Amino acid sequence: MLNCHNATRLMSEKLERKLSLREAINLRFHLMMCSGCSNFDAQMGSLRQLSRVYAKGKGAAGAPPPDDGEEPGA
Amino acid sequence: MTEHIRTDEQQRSSSQGLHDPVFITALRRQMLRFATLQLSNAELAEDAVQEALIGAMKNADSFAGNAAFKTWVFAILKNKIGDILRQRQALQEASRLLHSDEEEEDFDELFDARGHWQPDERPQAWGNPEGAMHTQQFWRVFEACLDNLPSQQARLFMMREFVEMDSPEICAVAGISVSNLNVSLHRARLRLRECLENKWFVSGDQVC
Repeated sequence: MLNCHNATRLMSEKLERKLSLREAINLRFHLMMCSGCSNFDAQMGSLRQLSRVYAKGKGAAGAPPPDDGEEPGA
Repeated sequence: MTEHIRTDEQQRSSSQGLHDPVFITALRRQMLRFATLQLSNAELAEDAVQEALIGAMKNADSFAGNAAFKTWVFAILKNKIGDILRQRQALQEASRLLHSDEEEEDFDELFDARGHWQPDERPQAWGNPEGAMHTQQFWRVFEACLDNLPSQQARLFMMREFVEMDSPEICAVAGISVSNLNVSLHRARLRLRECLENKWFVSGDQVC
Protein backbone atom coordinates (compact mmCIF):
# COMPACT_ATOMS: atom_id res chain seq x y z
CA MET A 1 0.00 0.00 0.00
CA LEU A 2 1.20 3.42 -0.98
CA ASN A 3 1.76 5.82 1.89
CA CYS A 4 1.41 9.61 1.59
CA HIS A 5 5.13 10.24 1.26
CA ASN A 6 5.43 7.86 -1.69
CA ALA A 7 2.20 9.15 -3.17
CA THR A 8 3.63 12.69 -3.23
CA ARG A 9 6.74 11.33 -4.92
CA LEU A 10 4.61 9.80 -7.67
CA MET A 11 2.58 12.99 -8.02
CA SER A 12 5.79 14.92 -8.52
CA GLU A 13 7.21 12.39 -11.00
CA LYS A 14 3.93 12.43 -12.87
CA LEU A 15 5.01 15.89 -14.02
CA GLU A 16 8.26 14.44 -15.36
CA ARG A 17 7.31 11.14 -16.93
CA LYS A 18 4.40 8.89 -17.67
CA LEU A 19 3.72 6.70 -14.66
CA SER A 20 3.58 2.94 -15.17
CA LEU A 21 0.14 1.39 -15.10
CA ARG A 22 0.81 -0.10 -11.69
CA GLU A 23 2.00 3.23 -10.29
CA ALA A 24 -0.97 5.04 -11.74
CA ILE A 25 -3.44 2.55 -10.28
CA ASN A 26 -1.80 2.60 -6.87
CA LEU A 27 -1.84 6.36 -6.88
CA ARG A 28 -5.44 6.62 -7.95
CA PHE A 29 -6.44 4.18 -5.25
CA HIS A 30 -4.57 6.19 -2.64
CA LEU A 31 -6.09 9.47 -3.81
CA MET A 32 -9.60 8.10 -3.47
CA MET A 33 -9.02 7.63 0.22
CA CYS A 34 -6.76 10.52 1.10
CA SER A 35 -8.00 14.09 0.97
CA GLY A 36 -4.61 15.54 1.90
CA CYS A 37 -2.97 13.88 -1.09
CA SER A 38 -5.89 14.85 -3.36
CA ASN A 39 -5.26 18.44 -2.37
CA PHE A 40 -1.56 17.93 -3.02
CA ASP A 41 -2.34 16.59 -6.48
CA ALA A 42 -4.37 19.65 -7.38
CA GLN A 43 -1.64 21.87 -5.98
CA MET A 44 1.00 20.31 -8.23
CA GLY A 45 -1.06 21.48 -11.19
CA SER A 46 -1.41 24.94 -9.67
CA LEU A 47 2.31 25.12 -8.95
CA ARG A 48 3.16 24.40 -12.56
CA GLN A 49 0.59 26.88 -13.81
CA LEU A 50 1.77 29.59 -11.43
CA SER A 51 5.38 29.00 -12.46
CA ARG A 52 4.54 29.33 -16.14
CA VAL A 53 2.68 32.55 -15.52
CA TYR A 54 5.54 33.88 -13.44
CA ALA A 55 8.08 32.96 -16.14
CA LYS A 56 6.11 34.98 -18.67
CA GLY A 57 6.76 38.00 -16.54
CA LYS A 58 3.09 38.33 -15.80
CA GLY A 59 3.34 38.01 -12.13
CA ALA A 60 6.32 39.42 -10.37
CA ALA A 61 6.04 42.08 -7.75
CA GLY A 62 6.37 45.56 -9.09
CA ALA A 63 4.68 44.62 -12.34
CA PRO A 64 2.66 47.29 -14.01
CA PRO A 65 -1.03 46.45 -14.11
CA PRO A 66 -1.86 44.04 -16.93
CA ASP A 67 -3.02 45.93 -20.00
CA ASP A 68 -4.73 43.29 -22.09
CA GLY A 69 -2.40 43.65 -25.02
CA GLU A 70 -4.19 41.15 -27.21
CA GLU A 71 -3.46 41.51 -30.89
CA PRO A 72 -6.23 43.60 -32.40
CA GLY A 73 -6.36 41.09 -35.23
CA ALA A 74 -3.91 42.91 -37.45
CA MET B 1 -2.68 64.28 -29.07
CA THR B 2 -4.19 61.97 -31.62
CA GLU B 3 -7.85 61.56 -30.92
CA HIS B 4 -9.05 59.06 -33.50
CA ILE B 5 -6.91 56.02 -33.47
CA ARG B 6 -7.04 53.31 -36.07
CA THR B 7 -5.96 49.76 -35.37
CA ASP B 8 -2.44 50.11 -36.68
CA GLU B 9 -2.20 53.52 -35.11
CA GLN B 10 -3.18 51.91 -31.86
CA GLN B 11 -0.47 49.35 -32.30
CA ARG B 12 2.09 52.08 -32.73
CA SER B 13 0.90 54.16 -29.86
CA SER B 14 0.80 51.21 -27.51
CA SER B 15 4.45 50.45 -28.12
CA GLN B 16 5.12 53.96 -26.86
CA GLY B 17 5.15 52.25 -23.48
CA LEU B 18 8.68 51.18 -24.34
CA HIS B 19 9.68 54.79 -24.19
CA ASP B 20 7.89 55.15 -20.93
CA PRO B 21 10.57 55.17 -18.24
CA VAL B 22 8.17 53.94 -15.58
CA PHE B 23 7.20 50.88 -17.58
CA ILE B 24 10.77 50.08 -18.58
CA THR B 25 12.13 50.56 -15.08
CA ALA B 26 9.53 48.26 -13.56
CA LEU B 27 10.05 45.70 -16.31
CA ARG B 28 13.80 45.79 -15.90
CA ARG B 29 13.60 45.29 -12.17
CA GLN B 30 11.28 42.37 -12.62
CA MET B 31 13.54 40.78 -15.23
CA LEU B 32 16.59 41.22 -13.02
CA ARG B 33 14.84 39.56 -10.15
CA PHE B 34 13.83 36.67 -12.38
CA ALA B 35 17.32 36.23 -13.86
CA THR B 36 19.14 36.62 -10.54
CA LEU B 37 16.99 33.97 -8.92
CA GLN B 38 18.03 31.49 -11.56
CA LEU B 39 21.63 32.42 -12.21
CA SER B 40 22.52 33.41 -8.64
CA ASN B 41 25.04 35.80 -10.14
CA ALA B 42 24.16 39.48 -10.33
CA GLU B 43 26.56 40.29 -13.13
CA LEU B 44 25.43 37.49 -15.41
CA ALA B 45 21.83 38.37 -14.65
CA GLU B 46 22.46 42.00 -15.55
CA ASP B 47 24.02 41.00 -18.88
CA ALA B 48 21.21 38.61 -19.73
CA VAL B 49 18.57 41.23 -19.00
CA GLN B 50 20.39 43.84 -21.04
CA GLU B 51 20.74 41.54 -24.03
CA ALA B 52 17.13 40.44 -23.83
CA LEU B 53 15.92 44.02 -23.70
CA ILE B 54 18.07 45.10 -26.63
CA GLY B 55 16.96 42.07 -28.63
CA ALA B 56 13.32 42.76 -27.90
CA MET B 57 13.59 46.47 -28.65
CA LYS B 58 14.61 45.67 -32.22
CA ASN B 59 11.16 44.30 -32.83
CA ALA B 60 9.35 46.60 -30.47
CA ASP B 61 7.10 48.02 -33.15
CA SER B 62 5.49 44.71 -33.88
CA PHE B 63 4.01 44.45 -30.40
CA ALA B 64 0.53 45.57 -29.60
CA GLY B 65 0.73 46.71 -26.06
CA ASN B 66 3.03 46.46 -23.09
CA ALA B 67 1.72 43.05 -22.07
CA ALA B 68 2.62 41.50 -25.42
CA PHE B 69 6.03 43.10 -25.30
CA LYS B 70 6.60 41.83 -21.81
CA THR B 71 5.71 38.27 -22.74
CA TRP B 72 8.12 38.48 -25.65
CA VAL B 73 10.98 39.97 -23.66
CA PHE B 74 10.59 37.30 -20.98
CA ALA B 75 10.65 34.60 -23.64
CA ILE B 76 13.98 36.00 -24.86
CA LEU B 77 15.28 36.26 -21.32
CA LYS B 78 14.35 32.64 -20.65
CA ASN B 79 16.35 31.59 -23.70
CA LYS B 80 19.34 33.62 -22.56
CA ILE B 81 19.17 32.05 -19.13
CA GLY B 82 18.96 28.61 -20.73
CA ASP B 83 22.05 29.39 -22.82
CA ILE B 84 23.99 30.58 -19.80
CA LEU B 85 23.02 27.53 -17.78
CA ARG B 86 24.15 25.31 -20.64
CA GLN B 87 27.46 27.13 -20.96
CA ARG B 88 28.10 26.57 -17.30
CA GLN B 89 28.25 22.89 -18.03
CA ALA B 90 31.07 23.48 -20.48
CA LEU B 91 32.86 25.57 -17.89
CA GLN B 92 32.30 22.78 -15.41
CA GLU B 93 30.76 25.12 -12.99
CA ALA B 94 28.27 22.36 -12.66
CA SER B 95 30.57 20.57 -10.26
CA ARG B 96 29.93 23.42 -7.87
CA LEU B 97 26.28 22.45 -7.92
CA LEU B 98 27.17 18.88 -7.07
CA HIS B 99 29.03 19.86 -3.97
CA SER B 100 26.20 21.75 -2.43
CA ASP B 101 25.22 19.00 -0.09
CA GLU B 102 22.39 20.84 1.47
CA GLU B 103 20.00 18.30 0.02
CA GLU B 104 20.28 15.98 2.97
CA GLU B 105 17.22 16.60 5.01
CA ASP B 106 14.59 14.50 6.52
CA PHE B 107 10.92 14.89 6.19
CA ASP B 108 9.99 13.89 9.70
CA GLU B 109 8.23 17.15 10.21
CA LEU B 110 5.98 16.47 7.22
CA PHE B 111 5.35 12.74 7.51
CA ASP B 112 5.09 10.33 10.42
CA ALA B 113 7.07 7.11 10.71
CA ARG B 114 4.65 5.27 8.42
CA GLY B 115 4.88 7.97 5.78
CA HIS B 116 1.50 9.53 6.42
CA TRP B 117 0.98 13.27 6.72
CA GLN B 118 1.49 14.72 10.16
CA PRO B 119 -1.94 16.05 11.15
CA ASP B 120 -0.94 19.71 10.94
CA GLU B 121 0.92 19.24 7.66
CA ARG B 122 -1.85 17.61 5.67
CA PRO B 123 -2.42 19.71 2.53
CA GLN B 124 -5.58 21.81 2.62
CA ALA B 125 -7.69 22.82 -0.34
CA TRP B 126 -6.39 26.02 -1.95
CA GLY B 127 -9.12 28.49 -2.67
CA ASN B 128 -8.83 30.08 -6.07
CA PRO B 129 -5.17 29.84 -7.15
CA GLU B 130 -6.06 31.67 -10.39
CA GLY B 131 -7.29 34.62 -8.39
CA ALA B 132 -3.97 34.84 -6.56
CA MET B 133 -2.17 35.54 -9.82
CA HIS B 134 -3.73 38.94 -10.04
CA THR B 135 -2.34 40.30 -6.83
CA GLN B 136 1.21 41.57 -6.53
CA GLN B 137 1.18 40.54 -2.89
CA PHE B 138 0.89 36.92 -3.93
CA TRP B 139 3.90 37.09 -6.25
CA ARG B 140 5.99 38.56 -3.46
CA VAL B 141 5.09 35.55 -1.35
CA PHE B 142 5.87 33.28 -4.30
CA GLU B 143 9.35 34.78 -4.66
CA ALA B 144 9.96 34.62 -0.94
CA CYS B 145 9.06 30.92 -0.97
CA LEU B 146 11.47 30.30 -3.86
CA ASP B 147 14.15 32.12 -1.90
CA ASN B 148 13.56 29.79 1.01
CA LEU B 149 14.40 26.69 -0.99
CA PRO B 150 17.90 25.26 -0.70
CA SER B 151 19.72 26.77 -3.67
CA GLN B 152 20.31 23.57 -5.62
CA GLN B 153 16.64 22.64 -5.33
CA ALA B 154 15.61 26.12 -6.38
CA ARG B 155 17.86 26.06 -9.42
CA LEU B 156 16.63 22.68 -10.61
CA PHE B 157 13.03 23.68 -10.03
CA MET B 158 13.48 26.89 -12.01
CA MET B 159 15.24 25.11 -14.87
CA ARG B 160 12.31 22.76 -15.05
CA GLU B 161 9.37 25.09 -14.50
CA PHE B 162 10.56 28.52 -15.62
CA VAL B 163 12.99 27.75 -18.41
CA GLU B 164 11.01 24.58 -19.25
CA MET B 165 14.06 22.45 -19.91
CA ASP B 166 13.30 18.72 -20.02
CA SER B 167 14.76 16.18 -17.61
CA PRO B 168 17.65 14.85 -19.77
CA GLU B 169 18.80 18.37 -20.49
CA ILE B 170 18.73 19.44 -16.86
CA CYS B 171 20.62 16.30 -15.87
CA ALA B 172 23.30 17.06 -18.45
CA VAL B 173 23.62 20.67 -17.38
CA ALA B 174 23.66 19.97 -13.66
CA GLY B 175 25.63 16.74 -13.93
CA ILE B 176 23.14 14.67 -11.95
CA SER B 177 21.16 11.51 -12.58
CA VAL B 178 17.47 11.46 -13.40
CA SER B 179 16.68 9.94 -10.04
CA ASN B 180 18.60 12.70 -8.27
CA LEU B 181 16.69 15.23 -10.26
CA ASN B 182 13.37 13.63 -9.39
CA VAL B 183 14.27 13.58 -5.71
CA SER B 184 15.21 17.25 -5.79
CA LEU B 185 12.11 18.30 -7.69
CA HIS B 186 9.94 16.30 -5.31
CA ARG B 187 11.51 18.05 -2.34
CA ALA B 188 11.30 21.46 -3.94
CA ARG B 189 7.61 20.94 -4.66
CA LEU B 190 6.91 19.67 -1.15
CA ARG B 191 8.54 22.74 0.32
CA LEU B 192 7.08 25.22 -2.11
CA ARG B 193 3.56 24.03 -1.72
CA GLU B 194 3.91 24.03 2.04
CA CYS B 195 5.28 27.55 2.01
CA LEU B 196 2.58 28.86 -0.35
CA GLU B 197 -0.12 27.20 1.69
CA ASN B 198 1.12 28.58 4.99
CA LYS B 199 1.99 32.02 3.76
CA TRP B 200 -0.90 32.58 1.39
CA PHE B 201 -3.59 30.05 0.73
CA VAL B 202 -4.41 28.91 4.22
CA SER B 203 -2.81 31.57 6.32
CA GLY B 204 -4.04 32.06 9.81
CA ASP B 205 -5.61 29.35 11.89
CA GLN B 206 -5.82 25.93 10.37
CA VAL B 207 -8.80 23.71 10.63
CA CYS B 208 -8.25 20.23 12.04
